[in-house]
Amino acid sequence: MNEWLYVALFVFVGLLIPVGAIAAGFIFGPKKANPIKKSTYECGIEPVGEVWVQFKAQYYIFALVFLVFDVEAVFLFPWAVKLGQLGLYAVVEGILFITILIVGLVYTWRKGMLEWV
Amino acid sequence: MSFWINPLKVAADWLEGLLTGWGLDPTLAHVLVAFLGVMLLIVILMVIDIFLVWIERKTVARFQDRLGPNRLGPFGLIQPFADIIKLIIKEDTTPGGADKVVYNLAPILSMMSVLVVWAVVPLAPVMLGVDLNVGVLFLIAAGAIGTLSIIMAGWSSNNKFALIGGFRQVAVMVAFEIPMLTMLMIPTILAGSMNMNDIIQAQGGRWFFLLSPLGALIFLIAAIAELGRAPFDLAEGESELVAGFNIEYSGMKFGMFYAGELLHAMTFGGIWAILFFGGYRFFGLELVSPFLAIPIFLAKALIGYWIIMWVKYTMMRIRIDQMLIFNWVFLTPLSFVLLMVTALLNVLLRDASTWVYAVSMFASNLLVGWIALEVARSMSKKERTKGEGNSLSLRRGVG
Repeated sequence: MNEWLYVALFVFVGLLIPVGAIAAGFIFGPKKANPIKKSTYECGIEPVGEVWVQFKAQYYIFALVFLVFDVEAVFLFPWAVKLGQLGLYAVVEGILFITILIVGLVYTWRKGMLEWV
Repeated sequence: MSFWINPLKVAADWLEGLLTGWGLDPTLAHVLVAFLGVMLLIVILMVIDIFLVWIERKTVARFQDRLGPNRLGPFGLIQPFADIIKLIIKEDTTPGGADKVVYNLAPILSMMSVLVVWAVVPLAPVMLGVDLNVGVLFLIAAGAIGTLSIIMAGWSSNNKFALIGGFRQVAVMVAFEIPMLTMLMIPTILAGSMNMNDIIQAQGGRWFFLLSPLGALIFLIAAIAELGRAPFDLAEGESELVAGFNIEYSGMKFGMFYAGELLHAMTFGGIWAILFFGGYRFFGLELVSPFLAIPIFLAKALIGYWIIMWVKYTMMRIRIDQMLIFNWVFLTPLSFVLLMVTALLNVLLRDASTWVYAVSMFASNLLVGWIALEVARSMSKKERTKGEGNSLSLRRGVG
């Protein structure tokens, strides 16, 4: 059997257990909802204003920087696995690649993009 | 093959033979047996999880000079079962205006993401769920689902505290995923494989902790951040965000988040043990029988879990700007430098003797760590003298 089918089995059973637990809570728990109970918590006062607001652009910058490094990991993992068979040339090449990324990170930092404003 | 060497295989073969003997299709019998095996592992994990509640409460009590649960049963051992009964008979409220599908899916995914990780965790030399050749990447992928569940919970609750908690957790996870990915590359380089079992087998003579102590430390820091535990528990932040992303959850849904967090912490203890402390290896004892290997692995996982708890109950929470700047300006460059040094030394010292290799690896790690600390110290000193007399710079960071 394909290995990924076992992973699918794990996902299935992993979903089954919490669904079962929550279903048990649903069956045995009381169900007496009222508008006061259903209102969201805001330190005891009635909720004011809209909740789903626009988020700060700051998160967007962090996400962009993250994306660069995340894609970089895709390139570096095969390099890391085969490092034992590769020569010094490949290692230096990998180091160059990482250095370019670090220069990018330092540039972002010096531009003040990494500061939480 | 004897039962003591490979009990699961023997049991599975016996059961499969029995089922096919009853006239069941062999493929179906195989799937059924595999399903039962997965079920067995996950049920055992859930039982461990129940006792983790007890362990966590008892340990935090000792850290805070209290006794902890001690009324129900010997040493309060029955306390977690009472907790479960309480959680089950609580009302399961859904806030008005919440996104119902996403709201109900979040706790399920939170638990599932942790349980799925155990698919690739080798419990004993012959005992592991799936022998994936990309095991290390699988860890990252499964962990990302956990992050997703937190942002889902934060967004769908229709609550401002929850929303801020979810946002913060994403900023944190996005930041600390990079040192973690990089530190996963170090065992990969040292073992020459992404397979978890191969990584353990490669730690025959010496644990990778001895080759890369700094790598193990950075991995632990990133793991704590990924778990969202103190000092990085900004998503929960009970003194500022009340309970953060899980503020609106009650009953068993909250229970799933709580149990998921505890099991996640122990899972990271186990992964830490696998990557840097030889997993189930302990002076050849693991080869005797899986009945010895599994307790060894669990003991190592619990020690890792204990260290994570120790950090949690000793440190105070840091601000989000401090945390992000700590990651982007200190931890990420440091982990990349460590990766480059490890890769370079690994190739240069390929033909050197084991002792020279191990000692120079260890020394290079200490040197990199020491230089990084010195640079950070001088830079923060410069920053401090620049900031003095300018009270604005203090206020600017708060976010």
